[in-house]
Amino acid sequence: MNSDSMNLDTVLQRADIWRGNQMASRTQTVSSGFGELDEQLPGGGWPRGALTEILMPQHGVGALRLLVPALSRLSRDDDKRWICWVAPPYIPYAPALVGAGIDLSRVLLVHPKAQQDGLWAVEQSLRSGTCSAVLAWPALDDSTAMRRLQLAAEAGDALGFLFRPKRLAPRPSAAALRIQLEPGADTDLSVSILKRRGGWASGPIHLDVPVAQYDRTVALHSYSATAPGSFHAQWQ
Amino acid sequence: MLAVCDGTSRRSVLFCTVPAGRQGVCSAMPVAAARALVHDLIVHPRDLRAENRALHALAAWAYQFSSQVSVYPPCTVLLEVQGSLKLFGGYSVLLERIQQGIEALGYKAQIATAPTPLAAYSLACCNHQQYIEDAADLAAALADLPLSVLDWTQPLLDRLHGMGVRRLGEVLKLPRDGLARRFGPDKLLYLDRMLGRCPDPQTMYKPPARFRRRLQLVAEVEQTDAMLFVLQRLVMELCGWLHGQGGALQHFEIRLWHRCQQHTRLTIGLHEKSRAADQFMVLVRERLERLELEQPVQEIELRADQLLQLDAQSLDLFDTHVRSNQVDLLDRLRARLGSDAIRGLSAVAEHRPEYAWSYSEPGHSEQCSDDRQRPLWLLPVPRQLRTDNNWPCLQGRLTLQQSRERIESGWWDERDIARDYFIARSTSGACYWIYHELSGEQRWFLQGIFE
Repeated sequence: MNSDSMNLDTVLQRADIWRGNQMASRTQTVSSGFGELDEQLPGGGWPRGALTEILMPQHGVGALRLLVPALSRLSRDDDKRWICWVAPPYIPYAPALVGAGIDLSRVLLVHPKAQQDGLWAVEQSLRSGTCSAVLAWPALDDSTAMRRLQLAAEAGDALGFLFRPKRLAPRPSAAALRIQLEPGADTDLSVSILKRRGGWASGPIHLDVPVAQYDRTVALHSYSATAPGSFHAQWQ
Repeated sequence: MLAVCDGTSRRSVLFCTVPAGRQGVCSAMPVAAARALVHDLIVHPRDLRAENRALHALAAWAYQFSSQVSVYPPCTVLLEVQGSLKLFGGYSVLLERIQQGIEALGYKAQIATAPTPLAAYSLACCNHQQYIEDAADLAAALADLPLSVLDWTQPLLDRLHGMGVRRLGEVLKLPRDGLARRFGPDKLLYLDRMLGRCPDPQTMYKPPARFRRRLQLVAEVEQTDAMLFVLQRLVMELCGWLHGQGGALQHFEIRLWHRCQQHTRLTIGLHEKSRAADQFMVLVRERLERLELEQPVQEIELRADQLLQLDAQSLDLFDTHVRSNQVDLLDRLRARLGSDAIRGLSAVAEHRPEYAWSYSEPGHSEQCSDDRQRPLWLLPVPRQLRTDNNWPCLQGRLTLQQSRERIESGWWDERDIARDYFIARSTSGACYWIYHELSGEQRWFLQGIFE
């Protein structure tokens, strides 16, 4: 009997064990800028000092747009920490970042040549304490690496965002928060929470993550560019 | 196990490592006898020039504690510390720092402090770790020392011994005029200088303007661990020299010497000038971890040529704490990934989308605002799209949003463009930024992704 309770205590003290009912209230967060999403996230936003895994079917569904309000806020914080992008799949387009209100002088791009160097760079950046957020696109599927990154994020009080393909959703992950994205109609984005601290997985919520200020109801169906300057959209 | 022998024909052991000593090797033992005790004993002849270089390196390192340093070959460095006591927070603090520093450099030191150079030297020779503040106490403190501490010729010391004089105190008691007559007035002057009755001007050591230090490894080395151990010592010498010079570095060089005088050169660069040994070592470690050696290393050299003045601003610890950590991160990433792997971003005021941005030094960005809708991802090179009946396709026919943006620009540098840009959506729900050429082949291209 006595030894059993001892065992439980030892188990509870392990770093990789979290107790659902305790963590939620202590989590420090940064608002995502989307009220509906904040309501679903423990502590009301993206967790600080933790890893968030964003699973998505492909590029172009709006994963970055989902983060932009928080990144913009973080880039304007007084503590002047980096927003570090490790191995981005394309060029983060400076005019769009400025347009989204992100201070470019806080943006740090890291382009490692080897896979292992990429994970190393993510870990260093998370752990250094000088990055408010670290965004990474790891191609590797390695659960030990995930645990290390989660610990590094805790040590450096950084928001770690890992963008990974949707097919990895069934795999266990050490990330504190896991969300899955699906494109909705128009610029809607459907967000499902697969894992969060202090709560069960949620059903999908639909967020409006706009691409542009235009009338979404009309689409172009034919177009002729043979006469530049005399352009007319034709409607069905 | 290692021993050092003298260069005479008899060849006897001068020093040996502790494990060799445990097996019975001791100084003055003939080398042959020592070899009989320890079969795998490595015996090196004494290298006085190397010792002299080490002594000068130690003087350069010690220059951070005092601006008046003198070198007493073969094995003494003299520091004038009276003027440094206040700066370093008192004698015991200063002594501890010097002792720890010397130990970290891998040396063993006997330290003594006295009002005159000769008294300090004599006390240190006998390993009397004392701090004598007042010249009046000197005679009493020195009285018990053996005659061998006197830097006099052996015949002279023998004569004194023959007279029944065994201790320094007894020499000091000899009548002054008799001593001067029998042994020469310079010996009287020597004793007067030791007791502080006469001034004893020293030749001041001047540290070199650039740092060059080369250490021989005991054996050829292929692992980086063993090299790090030596580099740690070299880096500490380097930082001691930097402190002494009141300077800092933005880069330094490591040369790993192989056989036949070939070397591998590693340059370590810093984002901002610094003189912190910890920081240097982190970078050295990162650099060595990535290193693939083709040949074993025999000697390691550390070089620093461009000494930079450290301005008062860089020493400000309060507000630059986060900043200096940031610089640490940059340096560390650069040391491992190469400097071209770490960049910042700038926006450029330019109509052609591919030229509206550039890489920049991290933390130094131009940001011109642009209200137009732009994708967060840009493709490095636009990708031509397949068409179906002149309609752009990407995973099926794309849906084009009706608003378009016409960009015609760049006629002045022959890279002019004339394009209609659209926001497009694939059947799977991804948003793209595509354009249609208005001239030439009128092809469709994918240039950005609305992620």
